[in-house]
Formats: sequence, structure tokens, C-alpha cells
Amino acid sequence: MRSGARLALAVITLVVTATACGTPQDGGSRPHTTADCAPYARYGEHPGTEVTVYAENRDREADLFEETWADFAHCTGIDVQYEGDGEFEARIQVRVDGGNAPDVAFFPQPGLLERFARAGRLKPASAGVAALAQQGWSADWNSYATVDGTLYGTPLVANVKSLVWYSPKFFRARGLSVPRTWTELMAVTEKVAASGVKPWCAGIESAQATGWPVTDWIEDVLLRQQGTRVYDQWVAHEIPFDDPRVIKAMDTVGSILKNDRYANGGFGPARSMASISFQEAARRSSPATARCTARPRSTPTCGRRAPGSDRTRTSTPSSCRETTRPAIPYWAAGSSRRRSPTVPRSGRSRSTWPPRTSRTRG
Amino acid sequence: MPFDAVAQQPKLLYLLQGVAAFAAVVSLILLALHRGPVRRRAAALILLAPALLLLAVGLVLPGLRTLALSFTDGGTGAWTGLDNYAWAFTDHRALTALRNTLAWVVLVPLTSTAAGLLYAAAVARSRFRALALSLLLTPMAISFVGAGVVWKFVYAYRPAGAGQIGLLNRLVVAFGGEPRQWLVDTPWNVLFLIVATVWAQVGFAAVLLTAAIRAVPPELTEAALLDGASPGQILRRITLPSIRPTLLVVLLAQAIGTLKAFDVVTTMTGGQFDTGVLAQEMYDQAFRYGETGRGAALAVLLFLLVTPFVAHQVRARRRAG
Repeated sequence: MRSGARLALAVITLVVTATACGTPQDGGSRPHTTADCAPYARYGEHPGTEVTVYAENRDREADLFEETWADFAHCTGIDVQYEGDGEFEARIQVRVDGGNAPDVAFFPQPGLLERFARAGRLKPASAGVAALAQQGWSADWNSYATVDGTLYGTPLVANVKSLVWYSPKFFRARGLSVPRTWTELMAVTEKVAASGVKPWCAGIESAQATGWPVTDWIEDVLLRQQGTRVYDQWVAHEIPFDDPRVIKAMDTVGSILKNDRYANGGFGPARSMASISFQEAARRSSPATARCTARPRSTPTCGRRAPGSDRTRTSTPSSCRETTRPAIPYWAAGSSRRRSPTVPRSGRSRSTWPPRTSRTRG
Repeated sequence: MPFDAVAQQPKLLYLLQGVAAFAAVVSLILLALHRGPVRRRAAALILLAPALLLLAVGLVLPGLRTLALSFTDGGTGAWTGLDNYAWAFTDHRALTALRNTLAWVVLVPLTSTAAGLLYAAAVARSRFRALALSLLLTPMAISFVGAGVVWKFVYAYRPAGAGQIGLLNRLVVAFGGEPRQWLVDTPWNVLFLIVATVWAQVGFAAVLLTAAIRAVPPELTEAALLDGASPGQILRRITLPSIRPTLLVVLLAQAIGTLKAFDVVTTMTGGQFDTGVLAQEMYDQAFRYGETGRGAALAVLLFLLVTPFVAHQVRARRRAG
């Protein structure tokens, strides 16, 4: 769970100065710093003011974040100091305890945010932010940053998880049809495995957070098997962490991921996924080495893609295609894809897996 | 980022103020001692005061607070008595960390001291001593984090058939074996971490022991040689007894360092796959999982474990001095 919820969404908290966050802005591919400052007039001008932002996101994601507030910073004169740190989840506590808290923090885990809120370490969102949040987001989305009825921030970015990728070429060559149900999926899996090819490949290495992609699998399967109610109970710790239903979901995941006949295609025994980073597992399907026929895909690799950019999946080899559309449209604050009519059924359910085609994109 | 003296001006100013305050305090103390008819004991107290104050603020108070925290629940801060200690001796993760720490404390000092001793005995009287020692000292110049990263590459795993980027698996494959996930397979992964640590520490032992061996009076070894002693006998009967104090110091210093091992484990496995050690588990509990109580309990345990070693070290030094 700890890592499972990570990256599901990020939340702005500790808003001390402006009410810059709230409703996501329209107007996706607007060039930055050339904007007219009219929309920002209501925030006033604060030259010489510095706002520190502390987050987990680095590299491309960080650049994109900085782009989103470039106009705001330009027009208000506020110097936004962004700091991305891969160890955010461990260091945020040290920084807060040490009296060195950032003005704004992007929490990648709703649970972590809740811990800080309960410890009285967060400032509630101002009335202005709360109003904008209500206007711009559904109650579900706002619930991530709401603890005991108090709103501490707003959603910031969401990533699609739980996609399964497959090689159309491979499927065509073998006359396989794209599975639509779990039973079909397992039938295809067994068929491919019987022909001596390991159908699944996965990488779960992620330095100190190794294993988190599996938590995504478990959440997906739990949602599929038990629905959102049990999932929400699990998240709220109303049922034990090792509830039999959760164990069942884990076993289902294990029946694929721990099965040497099914995994780890293109890499070796199932155990090898502990040494394969999730990015690497995603890359490893150039036609030459592609023995990887299906593979779940999750966030960070997707996150590298420009939020709000078009749908060409540049980081994805052309030999792989997602089996279906994502259950939740990929969007981010500041992107043109603003609100989706299809918010997930439950606050925390992000999508079902394997994906169903009945879902529509917003 | 280039150092911008102008932007850093406030910090430099603070620094300056700090230095000035320090100088003022020292001069005041010296002045007080110089003037009044102060008795010896009072003089000692005054001289000790700044150090004691710093120790109190930086060591004693945090120590007491950690002790107090170890009896509370991390989340709520409620008093929980000995629960955290009970956890430390029953939880699978904590027990694994304790077991691994034990393995570390036994294996690292013994192995690296033994290796250092053999190396020292071999090069102590050699012409290439300086070169040989600097070679062995190089790993020490690398931080443990650096050593961890280096060894992580040595143990790197690629699937069979793919090009191996890890030295060890490369060798294994060259000899016709299957590549292995050295850092994943328990319990051997603990040993592989220990090897990395020994590699980083052996220079320390070798340098100290070389100096000690060179301080053994040559008359002793010459007399033994005349009496027909073999090199092995000389090492066992002459050298070893003569350098016993140094040997102990080296062993103890390494044991203390090993108990606090953190960097290598954190960089190489992050304590995963049952490789956790006390210090690393303490950090995880306190800072990653927000279980400050459990983290504090582990810290207290760690302190209790280190204390006898330090006490012995201090006593040995007092005897020697």
C-alpha cells in the first residue's frame, strides 16, 4: 500500500502564499512567459517573495511543473524555488521536524499526507483554494487531500497505471485475440506459455522502493475481485492489511508474477524481476529482443510523457500497443485536458485491470 | 551551482557572528581565569564548561529524548511502555536486522583485521610498502556510499543471454555458470554486503598494523631467526603478541563502526531482501514509516550494544596512556 498509492496522485499542501492552485487552467499548449498577466492580476504582485516547493518529481516531470507556474511566477514576481528529491517520502519528515519545511509540498501518497495532517504539520487550504478546489474537482478527487473534513491541498497530477501492453505482431503471428476478460487473459497466457514462450514480463526494481509495481498489481486485482468497497475499507484500515480477500488478490498476482512458466519473459526466471527496473522492463521490447508479449505498464514511464501532449507514445516501442484505452484519461494541471467526465468510481480506484473496453475516455 | 558570495552573504554573516561569539567566550573565560584567584577545580570547570554545554545540547539531551521517545507510540505520542522493545525482539524485520547486525559485527572486524594483518605482515618490511599501502588505502578514501555503488555494479545482474554488466556475474558466465542475483538471494546477500564493507575497511587495519609491526624491535625477530624460527612461528610467537594492543584497538574500532553500518546497506539494497541492519532499520522506521517510537527503541538498542566496545576502548587507552 505504501508504495501502491504513490504516484497515484500528487497533492499540493502547505499553501502559504498565493491561491495559485485550485482550478486547473485551460489552454494547454500556451507558450510560457509571454502570457498577458490579466489572469494573474487577482494574485497581486509580490516581487522579492520566495516560495519553496518540495516534491519527488525530477527531470522531465520537474521541468513540466516549472513550466506550469512560469507565467504565474513571471506575473506575480514570486520566485518559485522548486526542489525535486527522489527521497522525498523519507526526507520530508526530517525537513519538517528540523524546522526546514517547504512552503508547498507535493505529496505522492495520500496516506503520507494524512499522517502529516494528523500530526498537525499541515496548514489547511485557504478559503479561496477550497472554493476553487470544489469548483474544479469532484468530491472524490478532493478527498485525497481531505483529512477529517479539512482540505489541505488540491490534486495536482495523475498518472495512468494498470495498462497491459502487448505486441500486436506477436498476437497476429500466433492468431491470438486480444483478451477482454480475466478468463480470456489467463487463457491467452496459458496458450502462449504452453508454446514455450513466457508471456509476461515485469520489472519491479526501484532502488529503495523496489517492489512497488507489485503493489499496483495487487490493488488492481483487489479492485477487480472485490470491488471498490472492500478496496476503500482496506485503504481506511477497516479490514486488516492481510484480510483473506487481500491475500487472495496477492495470490492471484503471484500466480502470474511468481510463476516461472509465465514470467519473466525476455529476462529469465520470475525472480529476475527484482533486479530489473520497471523502466527497463518497459524499454525491453525492441523487435529484436521482444519475447515480452504482455506487460503491465505503470506510471513513471507514462509520466515521462508530456502531460497534455498528444497521444503518441514516444517512449513506447511501436511493436507494443496498449490493449485498450486507459480507464482514466491522462491529464495534469495546466494541461488542456482539463476535467474528465469519467472520474473513477471510487476515490482511490484508478482503473481496472486488465482494462475493459467498455470504459470511455473523457 | 557556482558559489555566489553575494547571495550567501547572510550566511557568511552568521558564520562571522558565530566565530566572533566563540572568540568572545573563549577570551572571557581566559580573562576570568587570568584575573581572579580561581582555584584549580573551578578553573577546570570553567574550561570544561563550553565543551560540556555543547555535549549536553548535542548529545545528552537528544539521547534522553530518544530514550523517552522509545517508550511512546510513533503516531500518537502516547506512552506505550516497553511495546517498542517487545516489537524489536518479535517482529520479523527487526529480528532480521538484529541477526544481520550480529553477523556483521562478528565477520567484518575479524575478516578485515585478518586480511589487513596478513597484508601488513607481507609488506611491512618490503621496499614497496608505501605503494602497497596506498593501494589498499584507496578504498578508504572512497566514502562508504561510493563503495556501495561500486559494489552494486560488481554484483549487478543481467538475465542469462544478455551481456553481463556486473563483474561477478561476468566471471560466473565466463566459466559457464548461470548469472545469479547476488543481492537478492538470501541469506548469502548479507555476506556479499559484508565483503563490500571489508573491502572498504581493510586499508585501515593494514595501515595501523603495518605501523605496529614496524615498531616491533628488530632484535626480537633477529634473535628468533637465529634460533631457527620459521616465518610462521615468528608471526605467531613474536609479532602477534607484540602488536596485541594495536590489534585489539583495530578490532574494536571496526566493531563499533560495523554496528553503526548504514551507508553500504542503504546504497546497495536499502535493507530489502532480508539484508537490513540495525542502523538502517532504525532510519527506515523513524523516517520512512513514521514509527518514531520503534526507531528510537532501535537507536537505544544500538547505543547499548556499542557502549561496551567504547567502554573497553576507553579503558584500554587509559591503561596505555
